Amino acid sequence: MVQPADPAKFTLTDARDAIRAKSISSRELTEACIGAIGAARSLNAFVTETPERAMEGAAEADARIAKGSARPLEGLPLAIKDLFCTKGVRTTAGSRMLDNFVPTYESTVTQNIWDAGAVLLGKTNMDEFAMGSSNETSFFGPVINPWRARGRNEDLVPGGSSGGSAASVAGDLCLAATGTDTGGSIRQPAAVTGTVGIKPTYGRCSRWGIIAFASSLDQAGPMTKTVADAALMLQVMAGHDPKDSTSVDIPVPDYSAGLEGSIKGLRVGIPKEYRIDGAPPEIDTLWAKGASWLKSQGAEIVDVSLPHTKYALPVYYIVAPAEASSNLARYDGVRFGHRTESPRDLLELYEKSRAEGFGREVKRRIIIGTYVLSSGYYDAYYVRAQKLRTLIAQDFTRAFEACDVLLTPSTPSAAFAVNSKTADPVSMYLNDVFTVTVNLAGLPGLSVPAGLSSEGLPLGLQVIGKAFDEATVLKAGRAIERAADFKHDVSRWWSTR
Amino acid sequence: MSVDKDTVKRIARLARLALDEEQAGHMQTELNAILAWVQQLDEVDVSGVAPLTSVVEQRLKMRDDVVTDGGYPEDLMKNAPLSEGTFFVVPKVVE
Repeated sequence: MVQPADPAKFTLTDARDAIRAKSISSRELTEACIGAIGAARSLNAFVTETPERAMEGAAEADARIAKGSARPLEGLPLAIKDLFCTKGVRTTAGSRMLDNFVPTYESTVTQNIWDAGAVLLGKTNMDEFAMGSSNETSFFGPVINPWRARGRNEDLVPGGSSGGSAASVAGDLCLAATGTDTGGSIRQPAAVTGTVGIKPTYGRCSRWGIIAFASSLDQAGPMTKTVADAALMLQVMAGHDPKDSTSVDIPVPDYSAGLEGSIKGLRVGIPKEYRIDGAPPEIDTLWAKGASWLKSQGAEIVDVSLPHTKYALPVYYIVAPAEASSNLARYDGVRFGHRTESPRDLLELYEKSRAEGFGREVKRRIIIGTYVLSSGYYDAYYVRAQKLRTLIAQDFTRAFEACDVLLTPSTPSAAFAVNSKTADPVSMYLNDVFTVTVNLAGLPGLSVPAGLSSEGLPLGLQVIGKAFDEATVLKAGRAIERAADFKHDVSRWWSTR
Repeated sequence: MSVDKDTVKRIARLARLALDEEQAGHMQTELNAILAWVQQLDEVDVSGVAPLTSVVEQRLKMRDDVVTDGGYPEDLMKNAPLSEGTFFVVPKVVE
């Protein structure tokens, strides 16, 4: 076990082992993270910090550890994306609409995490209602990526929508964090911050108490420093929940057990359609390197085809806004959320509360969604998109006849500068080109840091698996991690800012 | 297929979003750019393809049709921007 000088730099797994070995206390770990968060406010990674609750949690955890009754995440300080409802702790979804919203209930996934003994450090910043790929649509301002290009001091985005979670993991402000992923919102920020993120199979984690964006695509997952950490945390987050009828009632295998196993004979598919025009050559180079790492550990590389890949993004930008327009209809200025001052009548109450409470990207998606579902356009857009979605899902089923996992790049580029892509929605949407197919088909996908761009910025590789086969995805991801030997070396430039 | 400004306003009304003239103009431009981009879906022959309704094959569970939750109106009112007792307050609807 590596024991870093600064406890906030611990991996989740090492911290767990150190706590059990009593070489560090939860109090020490938690204090170190609270200190790191306080020194990193210029990154804007948190919307709400909960230091008092964290210290109380740490004290309880240390008491349990002393009694020898430690649970799987006992005393480990975590950050939670501000999309998970946390009882008594403000939950904003990155929106003015929910600026003052304090849930009276706890999401199932976070309840699972607290039941396992973890400590809440705070709620992380995110794109408004998880709609964005750069964390720039947040009402609370953009998050800054702890990584900078070599020799430069320009602020870069941490990806999105789980940008605050990604930045707090990459900047060692917490040991691990939760994210949610509707079109790439765990994997894309993980890739551009040099962290690990897994979107499990649709139905693996309960969606109950997670503020809804697009219900047929949304899934929660862990964002961590290592693949072993992701396995440890997913173990706790996953499982059937009677409160979410789409959560699947099948056993959750032991994700950590098989992690170090051999990948000899594992068939790794390389989908040719993921080679896109205009992507920097270093993306292709890294992808080929990833395949050769797996091959040298005994995997068999197979060429496969996912012919409808190019239609995935346009399908997503019909299906996701359609579901969002429906889900976000609940914000009416009456029951919770922002309410306009002195409306003339009920219609004005609705229209102004929503116009004031929602930001530009959210309004854009509500309008698109309402349009594609409106009478006369429903068949041309929504039904056609759902048919294409069937074809995209069938592509994967066919590909998995010839292979066990797929290997692709995670993103088409490294992190980009703040404000460089906000003018053109479609160019922003293209960030999710490699991740969105996985949501449409409901499959598990993992991003693992694999190398650096020519500018010295992290790049990730994505492993996609069969439905409910997260165990194999994690094992293949661990094999890449082992070979890549990626170094999380960000200097804490922000603490002097 | 491109939309005009009146259509944007009609859709905004359906979505209960107040938009002024200028915002409707911006929204029209952006909406048309996105609609032009999704137009590429028309090149695929989808005849005979069933629309996807569920990504994971599963049978929804059945349970007894009984009340399993509730009985805490105060919790439900806690985040209401305007309320009286356990009632939500809205502008006068009936004269």
